[in-house]
Amino acid sequence: MHAFEYHRPEKSADAVSALKKAEDGRFLAGGQSLLPSMKQRLSAPSDLVSLSRVNELRGIKVDGKAVTIGSMTRHAEVADSADVARAIPALAELASNIGDRQVRNLGTIGGSIANDDPSADYPAAVLALNATVVTDRRRIAADDFFVDMFETALEPEELVTAVEFPVPDQAAYAKFEQPASRFALVGVMVARSGSEVRVAVTGAAPSVFRVPEMEKALAKEFKASAIEGINISPDEMMADMHGDADYRAHLVGVMARRAVDAAANR
Amino acid sequence: MSDTGIGASVKRREDDRFLTGRGHYTDDISLPHQTWAYFVRSPHAHARIRSIDTAAARKAPGVVAVFTGDDLAADEIGGLPCGWQVTDKHGEPMKEPAHPPLAQGKVRYVGDHVAVVIAESAWQARDAAEMVDVDYEMLPAVVSVDDAVKSDAARVHDDLDDNVCYVWEIGEKADTDAAFDKADHVTTLDLVNNRLIPNAIEPRAALANYSAGDDAYTLYTTSQNPHVTRLLMSAFVLNLPEHKVRVVSPDVGGGFGSKIFHYAEEAVLTWATRKVGRPVKWTADRAESFLCDAHGRDHVTRAELAMDKDGTFLGMRVRTRANMGAYLSTFAPSICSILYGTLLAGQYATPAIHCEVTAVFSNTAPVDAYRGAGRPEATYVVERLVSEAARELGMDQAEIRRRNFIPKDAFPYDTPVGLSYDTGDYEATLDAAMRQAQVDGFEKRRQEALSRGRYRGLGYSTYIEACGLAPSAMAGQLGARAGLYEAGEIRFHPTGSVTVFTGSHSHGQGHETTFAQVVSERLGIPIENVEVVHGDTDRIPFGMGTYGSRSIAVGGSALMKALDKVIEKGRKIAAHQLEAAVEDIEYDDGVYRVSGTDKQLTMPEVAFSAYVPHNYPLETLEPGLDESAFYDPTNFTYPAGSHICEVEVDPETGRVQVVNFVAVDDFGNVINPMIVEGQVHGGLAQGIGQALLENCQYDPESGQLVTGSYMDYTMPRADDLPTFEVDTRCTPCTSNPLGVKGCGEAGAIGAPPAVINAILDALAPLGVSRLDMPATPARVWHAIRTASSGKAA
Repeated sequence: MHAFEYHRPEKSADAVSALKKAEDGRFLAGGQSLLPSMKQRLSAPSDLVSLSRVNELRGIKVDGKAVTIGSMTRHAEVADSADVARAIPALAELASNIGDRQVRNLGTIGGSIANDDPSADYPAAVLALNATVVTDRRRIAADDFFVDMFETALEPEELVTAVEFPVPDQAAYAKFEQPASRFALVGVMVARSGSEVRVAVTGAAPSVFRVPEMEKALAKEFKASAIEGINISPDEMMADMHGDADYRAHLVGVMARRAVDAAANR
Repeated sequence: MSDTGIGASVKRREDDRFLTGRGHYTDDISLPHQTWAYFVRSPHAHARIRSIDTAAARKAPGVVAVFTGDDLAADEIGGLPCGWQVTDKHGEPMKEPAHPPLAQGKVRYVGDHVAVVIAESAWQARDAAEMVDVDYEMLPAVVSVDDAVKSDAARVHDDLDDNVCYVWEIGEKADTDAAFDKADHVTTLDLVNNRLIPNAIEPRAALANYSAGDDAYTLYTTSQNPHVTRLLMSAFVLNLPEHKVRVVSPDVGGGFGSKIFHYAEEAVLTWATRKVGRPVKWTADRAESFLCDAHGRDHVTRAELAMDKDGTFLGMRVRTRANMGAYLSTFAPSICSILYGTLLAGQYATPAIHCEVTAVFSNTAPVDAYRGAGRPEATYVVERLVSEAARELGMDQAEIRRRNFIPKDAFPYDTPVGLSYDTGDYEATLDAAMRQAQVDGFEKRRQEALSRGRYRGLGYSTYIEACGLAPSAMAGQLGARAGLYEAGEIRFHPTGSVTVFTGSHSHGQGHETTFAQVVSERLGIPIENVEVVHGDTDRIPFGMGTYGSRSIAVGGSALMKALDKVIEKGRKIAAHQLEAAVEDIEYDDGVYRVSGTDKQLTMPEVAFSAYVPHNYPLETLEPGLDESAFYDPTNFTYPAGSHICEVEVDPETGRVQVVNFVAVDDFGNVINPMIVEGQVHGGLAQGIGQALLENCQYDPESGQLVTGSYMDYTMPRADDLPTFEVDTRCTPCTSNPLGVKGCGEAGAIGAPPAVINAILDALAPLGVSRLDMPATPARVWHAIRTASSGKAA
């Protein structure tokens, strides 16, 4: 790790202004991706602006229609929240299976979606649940937020402050883990709200994506058999030693059906 | 049996300090004025070094010195030696290219040592290392054994004609070919034994210190055998007198073979400490461990089994290509030859076996012994062949094994590949394993799984291993450049406690407990009064260290010999004090008795008088009670066992779950059943890891290590493993005084074919017949898809 300036503000406005002043600075949320890459010297920011003391970014609020999670809320807090488990059990379950215990105790929802790792779990939830990403300057719809691999709609120095999840009628997340990292090799979140169904896939392609064909079929009939014959093209899939494009494309179907089964039986 | 003696599950005495963070590892040691080393490593698999510019690094903050291969050459520092010379099938010695501790002219794998930066802190050394400017001329790299033997392959060593280190053979070729000529059925398999990265929990580390006052060196290092490191480094690399070099290997957090070898970092640090006049310390980070610890396995094999129509084995033919990596690591040439070809008889009375091994160089990290070392590779070949033969002949998996087992009344049994098995009862072990695995109920379980859409399979592996490599004279004929004995010393203190000095080294095995059990039982003193010392060349006798499951069989036997000497000397002391003839003194359980009387002396009483010799036969006997012994075994030991694995496969994802694993092993006599069970558990975890998860991969074009971290190299985790069902049986070893055989590697040897055989059994209904390790979900899914598309066509 190279030397860097460390800032630890207590207000989000101070955090943003500290980052604006930095030559090549980064926000530090849970540090579960950024710090390992700095340790390997793959990343060498001039400044780290830690958000760990910005209390206004933490916490979970649930009203009848939505679950709002502060960007600095740790995965473990979401996983352990009885309110989240009541409102959107699929979300608590997803959070409970991110990384390992150490990662969950430090990693945050804001850090995860801002980093937009193509294999991260949260992007699938944000997209399938049609969440809104709230920043220090605007509200961004999930469909507009994730742009490409490690690329989001966030502007320089824009700070995610919270994520608002509308409460669906039914939802579930089915994840097939990459054996070594246990990131999602393929993870599929399925959510039904009234007559609308959203299917979001992470891990398989360079960025999280929806599967409109499945959504249409499931809107007609919310059963695994409804998407039985829907094949995903391997063309846009990623390929690595843990799974080629054919395998990932195949797993999207398998995991989607398992997610629908789980959601329907919830 | 006492509750601390031989056969008792004494809790590990060392665990208190390990579990409470009070262990003392190499990285825990710091010396006044110490500096830190960081190694500049090659980012390329194969390149010529045009120039190295160290000027900027030398000026960087905190830098004490920067050295390259030229600096070592100027001091006439030698290359890292190889401890085993294999003779090829034509009687010629293997090719043995130079292995400079810092690169000379060329780099040959990603991670190869190019330069060392020594600075006031570890971070300054690392920062400065980035300023060392190396001008490389890139060369094509060769990674796989099959590519390495191609005529147009890049040559790893310019002074060799090709990449072949040797072509070695064992067994009678003509007899074997004749067996195949008369066979009714031949089973042929192409197998890959996947390359593994050892991953001990403690990375390698070293701290070297030159003391100008007494012109002596001390090297603290993570070694399984400090005396071997001292010998190789001082005699062959640095040209230092051995009595001026002390090597200390304190607590070591796992080795699995990877810490047997003498590594470049140890030699460079020991040389550099004198150059800079200060202690020099280095601790590998995990990325360096992945790149530079000697890897394991990496074989490609075609194997054939000839049978008559009843499934009786007539002959076996094996052709293997084995990867040596870029340089010959300390014992590399012996692993894929002597420790591999000799094991191909397995538990079977196959009358004719011929094996040919082509060892090749490649632009990858050196490959050497890794838990099992040659024997897992051999077992994988034999047990995959046997199971495939049963499938082809429509025979039961157990039945084909029973039909070909060496019968229990045939021991000692000479195999056609040079070994003489002393004892065993393979059928009884298999019976016990089948009972425990509830083989009878398997079909019902298979049907139940099928009703849930899962495929269940049962896989067998009835393995043999050879431990305690010996005797030295035979090993010497086979090319060993070192002895294979072990040394021990029993030192009584005047008040009756004992310090045991052993040449074996414990880095997880629990010797401080098991060796103390043996000594306390033999001397009749409380286990608390026995201290076991290992790992310091200034304290222990010249020992060969710990590898190959040899410690209790060879190291323990050396202690038994020393104990015998202590007891015999004590008998003379007791005879003098009890005023009886030596022949009339009986010894039992720590007490000397005059035969037929109640006159007696305890061992501590005798020890006291040996050090306070007021009533003592000084004219015929020296005072003191301190005896040492060297033990050179007359034969290998031959642990053997039956492993049965039950798996369930999800055909939609290809995911394999090991639902049950039974291991029944014959380790001869067992000193501590709990520790043995722990050793088996660890071995099974590694064996299942190889079968399902672990795979070291280099990019075939660039030679970059693709699996360079835990993000891509899959270590087995607790939830990948079932609750093991482990049991032991015993046919005592006849070639050592304890009747022990060794248990450290059995799990890693037996498990891989059991797992793969189980998967193939599960997927046989789907037509899957070929599957390589590791059986990852993607591979299994592809195998199912290929088989079903083949069936459809």
